[in-house]
Amino acid sequence: MKMTTYIIRRILLIIPVLIGVSLIIFMLLLLFSPEQRASLFITDVKQLRHIQSVIEKHGLNAPIYVQYFKWISQVLQGNLGWSKTAEQPVLRAFFYFLPCTLELAIFSAPLIILVGIYLGSLAAVHKDRPVDHASRFFAIVGWSLPTFWLGLMLLMIFYGYFKGLFPPEALGVKASIMVKSEEFRRFTGINTIDALLNGKWWVFLDALRHLVLPVITLTVVQCAMVMRIMRSSMLEALSKGYILTARAKGADEKTVVKKHARRNAMIPVVTVSGYVFAMLMGGVVITETIFNRKGLGWWWARAAVQLDIPAVLGAVLFNGLIFSLTNLIVDLLYAYFDPRVRLG
Amino acid sequence: MKVSAVRKKERLKKRLEPRIKELKFSLARIRKSPLSLIGLCIILFFVIIALLAPVIAPPKYPYEPYRIPRYGYSTTPHPPSWEHPFGTTEGQYDIFYGVIWGTRTAFRIGFMVVGSILVIGIILGSFAGYYGGIIDEIIMRIVDTFMSLPTLILAMALVTALGRSLDNVMIALIVVGWPAYARLVRGEILSIREEAYVEAARAIGVSDFGIIFKHILPNAIYPVLIMGSLDIGAMVLTAAALSFLGLGAPVGYADWGQMVSFARNWIVGPPGNPLAYWHTVTIPGIFILLFVLGWNLLGDAFRDILDPKMRRK
Repeated sequence: MKMTTYIIRRILLIIPVLIGVSLIIFMLLLLFSPEQRASLFITDVKQLRHIQSVIEKHGLNAPIYVQYFKWISQVLQGNLGWSKTAEQPVLRAFFYFLPCTLELAIFSAPLIILVGIYLGSLAAVHKDRPVDHASRFFAIVGWSLPTFWLGLMLLMIFYGYFKGLFPPEALGVKASIMVKSEEFRRFTGINTIDALLNGKWWVFLDALRHLVLPVITLTVVQCAMVMRIMRSSMLEALSKGYILTARAKGADEKTVVKKHARRNAMIPVVTVSGYVFAMLMGGVVITETIFNRKGLGWWWARAAVQLDIPAVLGAVLFNGLIFSLTNLIVDLLYAYFDPRVRLG
Repeated sequence: MKVSAVRKKERLKKRLEPRIKELKFSLARIRKSPLSLIGLCIILFFVIIALLAPVIAPPKYPYEPYRIPRYGYSTTPHPPSWEHPFGTTEGQYDIFYGVIWGTRTAFRIGFMVVGSILVIGIILGSFAGYYGGIIDEIIMRIVDTFMSLPTLILAMALVTALGRSLDNVMIALIVVGWPAYARLVRGEILSIREEAYVEAARAIGVSDFGIIFKHILPNAIYPVLIMGSLDIGAMVLTAAALSFLGLGAPVGYADWGQMVSFARNWIVGPPGNPLAYWHTVTIPGIFILLFVLGWNLLGDAFRDILDPKMRRK
């Protein structure tokens, strides 16, 4: 019973955040002049002469609250406007670009979390010894690396010297023709998964080759944070009484570290994992632009440079939704695992 | 007359004594930690470059020192030579000049953005934490909303709306950055608000303003300063990313992120010599990396040194 009230309360808490996000987006929209916003409704050059009437017609000079309710009712109906960079409505473009980004996230998020957990606990177990210093230094350098620079350096080395081993873009020429052909059935839109479902091994391998460099880029930059949190949480766990008890009972060091300390130290990492996923969405903007993978980030970067207002606002809305939802899921998982949260 | 002056001096000395002792202790700690020393050296190196920029790389246009001089209009980058120690990048912009003056740009972005964020975050966070109630509720809901959006995406949208320029990048980063500080300051203040010495100050009739700024904030400031020093690096990194995407400084402005974006078309050299244009991407990138690394190392060291709970361990 307590659990259900907690879940309901937690879901209700999302509402003010989402209203806030909608207000931020609307304020961003208001930063554009009425003329700029009117241009979104213009399809023909001739209409430019009557721009004032376009402004009147769509109420772009109306009081702010009237404009807000008009706008929000459109958004709630799923009408986010037309993206000129994607040449389709924002909502449809979003589902068009999503699989490519999702593929990148599916491959890098687990890697980031696993590498971070491993290095973090390694550093904690060997506190103040060379392994600890080395992994901390690695983390701090990774944290300081500009994503775009790392990506370009990897491209320089791998594209220059091992041409064709790990190429940019999402698929090779042959594979992308295959993917678009009749013979290839689309299930999810995610290349690697669809290739497996179709039983086309070579397409799968091709897609995988194209994933290697972007995944490395994201992992090096992002796993630093997971590592840092895992290290401090592991250090705390190792100093707890139950570790002393386990050692006193004669458990060997491996069991103590793996079974007793690491499991308890992983709880804060659960929170960060949700955060990592949301951060990935921001990180993909740079990574996809560099590796020319046509996903959400690539689209948003182009939209921002080419003043594609609906697409940019759609990006903010989408990220707000993703972040609130991941936070919700993380909190619910937390409550599920840790009775102190649920009952507190 | 003279006696009171001497007494004043003595009183001042007495008041400063514990602070000097603490400062000496902090410096001793810095000297003992090799990583923080490296960080300090890196930052000092950049401070010297920034201060001596007009000497190291005399501007070609004295009224616009931030404009990188061009040596021709050919697109193909030229390798390092005596005339151009770091070579030229796309459009014959001199890389050496760009990275030297770019150091000033980086410091300006870092200090302006983090400075403004600190002021806004501390003021709003203290109000929220000290007064509580409806003020707290409103400020914290705004903070929650801002923090539910990724930094880069929101900054990107803001720069798109405000128009492409370095000033707008800084404004966007300030708008995106303050909520984390407001939340941190509020948390610190909530834990201090009920302490006995605050109660005592209130009892003798110190104003709210005085209590917040004289009695509470000095005890809550360290975590904020630590986060600030780490954020100087992070903000410069985000600004560089925005410049790289083409949303930052105008073309030809001395800015590291833009220098890397010039190199984008020159990642791979002609057949047979794939690393022909290595300098265009490597050199500006190393400057960004070192600058951010320096602040991160320093911030990490500050965490151990400044935090009163950690320092005596």
